[in-house]
Amino acid sequence: MRALVWHGKEDIRCDRVTDPGIEDPRDAIVKVTSCAICGSDLHLFHNFIPAMLPGDIMGHEAMGEVVEVGAEARGKLKVGDRVVVPFTIFCGQCEQCQRGNFSLCQRSNRNKRLADKVFGHGTAGLFGYTHLTGGYPGGQAEFLRVPFADATHIKVPDGVPDESLLFLSDIFPTGWQAAVQCDIEPTDIVAVWGCGPVGQMAIRSALLLGAEQVIAIDRLPERLEMAEAAGAIAIDFSRESVIERLNELTGGDGPDKCIDCVGMESHVMPSQPDTLYDRGKQMLGVETDRPHALREIIYVCRGGGVISIPGVYAGFDDKIPLGQLMNKGITVRTGQTHVNRWTDDLLRYIEEGLIDPAFVVTHTVPLADGPEMYKVFRDKQDGCVKVVLKP
Amino acid sequence: MTFIANVARNAGDPKILDAGQSSLGAVDRLAKALGWFSIALGLTELFAARRLSRVLGLNGHGLVRLYGVRELAAGVATLSVDKQAGLWSRVGGDALDIATLMAARGRDNPRRDTVGLALALVLGVTVLDVAATQVLAARANRKRRDPRPSYRDRSGFPRGLRAARDGVSDVRSPKRGGADPVTTAAQ
Repeated sequence: MRALVWHGKEDIRCDRVTDPGIEDPRDAIVKVTSCAICGSDLHLFHNFIPAMLPGDIMGHEAMGEVVEVGAEARGKLKVGDRVVVPFTIFCGQCEQCQRGNFSLCQRSNRNKRLADKVFGHGTAGLFGYTHLTGGYPGGQAEFLRVPFADATHIKVPDGVPDESLLFLSDIFPTGWQAAVQCDIEPTDIVAVWGCGPVGQMAIRSALLLGAEQVIAIDRLPERLEMAEAAGAIAIDFSRESVIERLNELTGGDGPDKCIDCVGMESHVMPSQPDTLYDRGKQMLGVETDRPHALREIIYVCRGGGVISIPGVYAGFDDKIPLGQLMNKGITVRTGQTHVNRWTDDLLRYIEEGLIDPAFVVTHTVPLADGPEMYKVFRDKQDGCVKVVLKP
Repeated sequence: MTFIANVARNAGDPKILDAGQSSLGAVDRLAKALGWFSIALGLTELFAARRLSRVLGLNGHGLVRLYGVRELAAGVATLSVDKQAGLWSRVGGDALDIATLMAARGRDNPRRDTVGLALALVLGVTVLDVAATQVLAARANRKRRDPRPSYRDRSGFPRGLRAARDGVSDVRSPKRGGADPVTTAAQ
């Protein structure tokens, strides 16, 4: 089969690889009909996430048709089922899964011992990601082996286009969870940093959950325009002071709830000198992330507010203003997404036409064009917001 | 490389049969080579400054050591994803190297032939540095020239925000926790 394979920093190739097969009775094989490049794939592309190995198949947003089912998954899946594959692999039986904390599944990370050493307590296995999360081959491929497939799937109906359903795999529930974690109240002003795909989903989720106003922060006009299309107020951080503008829009109080959809790669520019400092340290390998957005969020968030962090951070950061965080009594909520905790409701919203996540798709190309599209997405060329690949 | 990649795989994971074309372009590979060249040269200048100064007939070796640090910094930047900044710092460094070597080509330097050879090498590398920066600048300009598409009609709410909020409010499960503000939300 063909698959997009990580060979090193900025080196993705569409390779011919061996087909996956059933390894465990709970496995299933999915013939991928659509997959997508996620913003967090760019962190891997840039080699900012540790423990990638040459030969790793990329991709954690995929859907398709079940073509083979292991003996123990047959009660829940059958050949021909149309499924979206959640990026978090979960067993559905361990204590964390029983609590709905699927991204913390205690059994699905096959490198759990290593993950426990690094994280204290390891997380679930993830598709197409670092070996700290199991190093499972990803979904930017023609076929995907789904471990624990009896639990790790979202059955979806025929008749709805792939582009409307595909993002149940990650970005839609990720944006949704980020907004839910804010405990939004009717008077809340919610500010969202980063208007990439997850940011766009978080903006719409916050609006659906009843925020009085959503404010979107980015520098790319097409992304801000997409945020405005949903009803958000846009702030272009390359043209105006985010802090001044947010205080102006909130009567000087700051936003009640803040969502960090930027994560570890804040945009580097001289007017944000801390990003230059972080970038230098990142180059030398003495800091893993550029947490400018998070610093700004902690500073501007209203006292007693909530910060929700769906953006990916890799490891060790410095100059995090914990004094501001503590004294302002801010609640921080974060985590990888417990995808299946939300997808029953989200699928229903899509089926009822309340929301159509396909709005975010700007580029649809064959899988073979994937290596080029990583650069197009990274460089924000051609108004690129979200790339869907067709194997 | 493919062999190493396959050895590292888990038993049942797909293994590479044929590697496809890399997302790394020619200029990316050139930048990578120049970055490693910078690191190698920087380490030489830093740890063999005395010998290098002697070979070039330079007085003192402090400046060579300083240039070594500069090369290392430029190399690290060139090998990073911000390779354009690294390459520009290399071009600046080339100018300094050329000026230093020109000054060392005086008739009183018995090693002036060696200095001439070093100068030729630096000029050759400078051509590569300038070429790489130009190609990367052209790539960045192409990005800026792209006509910007309009996303004004991409609300994501086929039936409008009000209907979406009402609908979510109707079907939202109480098990989700937190406030359920949708019914009273401002439209």
